[in-house]
Amino acid sequence: MLRNDYGYGKFKNVVSSLDYERILSPSGAYEGEILRASDKKHPHKIAWIQCVGSRQVNPAGGNSYCSAVCCSYAQKQVILTKEHDAEAECTIFHNDVRSHNKDLERYFQKAEQLPGVRFIRSYVSIGKEIPESKNVTIRYSTPDDGVKEEEFDMVVLSIGLNPPANYQALADKFGIELNSHGFCKTSLSNPMEASKPGVFVSGSFQGPTDIPESVYTASGAGSQCGELLDYRRGKLSKERIYPPERDVSLEEPKVGVFVCHCGANISRVVNVPSAVEYALTLPNVVYAQEQLFSCATNSAKEIADMAKEKGLNRLVIAACSIRTLEPLFRDTLREAGINQYYLDMANIREHCSWVHSKEKEEATHKAKDLIRMSVARSSQLKPLQEFALNVNKTALVVGGGVAGLTSALSVANQGHEVYLVEKDTDLGGMARRIHYTLEGLDVQEYLHDVIRRVYQHPLIRVYTEAAITETGGFVGNFITKVKAQGRVTEIKHGATILATGAEVYQPIEYLYGKDDRVITHLELEEQIVKREESLLKTRSLVMIQCVGCRNEDRNYCSRICCSESIKNALKLKELNTQMDIYILFRDMRTYGLKEDYYREAAGKDVRFIRYEAQDQPQVEEAVDEDGRNVLRISVTDLILGKKLEIDADKLALAVAVIPSAGSQEAVDLFKVTTNQDGFFKEAHVKLRPVEFAVDGVYLCGMAHYPKHIAETISQSYAAAGRALTLLSRDSVVASGAVAEVNGNDCISCGACITACSYGAIEFVMTPQGRKAGVNPPLCKGDGLCNTVCPTGAIQLKNFTDEQILSQIDAAVAGL
Amino acid sequence: MCTGRVDLSFVLRAFSNGMDGVFLGGCKYNDCNYGTQGNYHALNMVLLCKKIMEHIGLNPDRLRIETMSSADGNLFAEIMTDFGKQVKELGPLGKGEGIDDLVLKSRIQAAADIVPYIRLVERERMRIPVQSQEVYHNFFSSDEFAKLFKETVIEKLVDSQIISLLREGPQTTGEIAKVLDLTPSEVSRHLNSSSRQGLVRYEEGRKCFALA
Repeated sequence: MLRNDYGYGKFKNVVSSLDYERILSPSGAYEGEILRASDKKHPHKIAWIQCVGSRQVNPAGGNSYCSAVCCSYAQKQVILTKEHDAEAECTIFHNDVRSHNKDLERYFQKAEQLPGVRFIRSYVSIGKEIPESKNVTIRYSTPDDGVKEEEFDMVVLSIGLNPPANYQALADKFGIELNSHGFCKTSLSNPMEASKPGVFVSGSFQGPTDIPESVYTASGAGSQCGELLDYRRGKLSKERIYPPERDVSLEEPKVGVFVCHCGANISRVVNVPSAVEYALTLPNVVYAQEQLFSCATNSAKEIADMAKEKGLNRLVIAACSIRTLEPLFRDTLREAGINQYYLDMANIREHCSWVHSKEKEEATHKAKDLIRMSVARSSQLKPLQEFALNVNKTALVVGGGVAGLTSALSVANQGHEVYLVEKDTDLGGMARRIHYTLEGLDVQEYLHDVIRRVYQHPLIRVYTEAAITETGGFVGNFITKVKAQGRVTEIKHGATILATGAEVYQPIEYLYGKDDRVITHLELEEQIVKREESLLKTRSLVMIQCVGCRNEDRNYCSRICCSESIKNALKLKELNTQMDIYILFRDMRTYGLKEDYYREAAGKDVRFIRYEAQDQPQVEEAVDEDGRNVLRISVTDLILGKKLEIDADKLALAVAVIPSAGSQEAVDLFKVTTNQDGFFKEAHVKLRPVEFAVDGVYLCGMAHYPKHIAETISQSYAAAGRALTLLSRDSVVASGAVAEVNGNDCISCGACITACSYGAIEFVMTPQGRKAGVNPPLCKGDGLCNTVCPTGAIQLKNFTDEQILSQIDAAVAGL
Repeated sequence: MCTGRVDLSFVLRAFSNGMDGVFLGGCKYNDCNYGTQGNYHALNMVLLCKKIMEHIGLNPDRLRIETMSSADGNLFAEIMTDFGKQVKELGPLGKGEGIDDLVLKSRIQAAADIVPYIRLVERERMRIPVQSQEVYHNFFSSDEFAKLFKETVIEKLVDSQIISLLREGPQTTGEIAKVLDLTPSEVSRHLNSSSRQGLVRYEEGRKCFALA
């Protein structure tokens, strides 16, 4: 939604962020080059204007809420721009920088620290278009120089998110209610639940949402559909039947090579016909052809058909990265009746045409080299068998806070037994200290209800005051020992959900612990609920944000504290409208629809004072003019440019959320990993946000990253949903590309055993004596064992010494 | 497979094939995709291999390891451009170092032949707990390592080089000393131990050593 006041549609070199995204794309108008519309030249000075159409005080023609994703996507665009042109000068005009998501604080710093990048905190207006150059001027103000007007080659407007265009019709059709912004109205305790039972929403129809949250709200909505439809699970599925696999082990290698144009992605740079011709000259190649898109359904069929017709027993697909399409082409081999491991892909796109677009001849040469290496390896490939592992249908949930409770209930509601393990005497976790949310949920009432449902559920077994002493096994077949009330129980389970929560930072700053008037935001909430007398008498209260995080020790944003402080401020204003409340902040990160409450607080005279990281507020005990003992907080007012002194009766610190000790124990026990801040590391931020890299282990809640209760609930349903995709199956398939020991060569030195972090190798007794043996389901195929074995007895299948050396030899064969 | 799967024998094979430079790219340290810190294994191998290269007269700059994330496209391009330039400056393998092709091949072969031995020594005595890159670099440039390297790898490497030379035909102690740039007494010491192990024998008639 763009109004004319930024010159969009009027000035040629003013584009929206979505337009710019297309410009950056290799399939965009300029094939990935950054060019200006007016003269098709590279812009060198580019400006981004944040919050266009979002966070508007007068929302006419725009939105009052924050779109939540623009700060980070603009930073991404800056980083990509600098990758295209290291000399580019990038300027971001912004309000608060909202990098409240996991790892994005560091991402912001990365963008900010690039040479030639300026972040300028200022409201702006578009000046004029210079008739000759078509450059555009922007007026902005700086604390030092006042209002300035600066010329830019190109201006990008960071536009926000709207509800879908036909939201009213959509709502009418499904009989669901909308909120005042036109997004779906959802339950306070469940962001996926629409106002009509059985209707669930995920993604940005809940309100502005980034990709990871969109993905996990989708999985979460899926899990809730599963709860309703579990009785019909699997009724419509059909098993895929493949033709029988031809035994080609005694045949000479007959390699077929398929070279993909990828539309024009490859063929624009690489001479594909020449590569095909070359492939035909290579040893063992009996057939080669080109294809427009090898991954298209008809092309895959063509590959299978040609393989059958020509009797091919090895396939080389010269196309893109194995990371995207290897599974598809493996399937093609199965369709052709060939073992799926007789496949090699030569990556002539990411490794060639995309990076050598300016050197066409050399790129063609390199594509041939890559194909030659693939052909060499393919001739050495061996057929491998994947194997099915039975799945134990039970789940283990570690952590009895909101995250663990929610996921345990959702799994159990889909007919699976759940063991819930909590180290504390009571269930509830951190939520026991939260009484209400910004949006108005009564947390204690909600929590009691959930705990009651968990205890009453016939399929859930709860262990409190429990500790996990030992765990082992692999996806579908874990065994964990739980010690509770002096008894050790052995639990067999197919899936594990880790919901080990987080803790709050114990501040050493700002006289905390030395003066009773200095409290944390959680303690303030407690005092509000108890209507504590000292609080009711408070005339002036100061809150300081970012205590213990966004600093060198904890270089991340705790995400929830801005909203928490506003929540408390609004409650305090309800109690006592006369109370003076000051919030000292660095960036107010009331992202998404929470922006409304920020505005409400400002409207109720809560005073917001920004401070800089390098100029922190100072607190001292003092006596004011009336002779009262006060806390004197001094802070630089950046607008007035001078020191302010505030006399307060109470100081509330918005302290950091920090990883729990329980998470660290889980890391050691379950062989999972954390990011550098100590929060659980998901397998993929966007694609697999609730799974660990270790199969069959899932994560949710604050152990992943600080988040609000509603967000934790979304993610916990998601973890349940992902666990169900495993638990609902009778068996899972394990990769055939695992390590294998040749007992004849093994000298029982144990080098491989120490090299393996997964515990996949153990000594086993064989007729030849004690030898190393691999437990295939535990092997992740990293191949470290292979490299340390002095006799070459252990080989990583599909990447054996022989196969890799054949590629290395082939690399020079064409020189 | 992980960077840690990259074997010393792969690198030596590439040089033996006449590659002028070998580059290893892996995940950032302490940010291992497998969670196994395999990239430190790779770093260990690279630092050790550089020492071997130095010993056999190859410029260790021909081997380079760098780590980066999948979002570091520009860094990758920068590093590869730089490495390409550097390798060009070093000139073709062997020529840049002024070593004859055949001699070079035989030296690399000698190193490749003792890879199983190196693995054992590396595992027992040259592998340090994963800490930081710095610790690795310090260890590999320490006197302690130099001494260990000399006592183990170099000793075996000389044996291996002598055997590699004798494959071409019988040679005298003096001839061997000249090719390997060692004193005749050092060569004698190695020949004596190799002959005790039954690897070489002395041909009385021709007054020279040959393979047993």
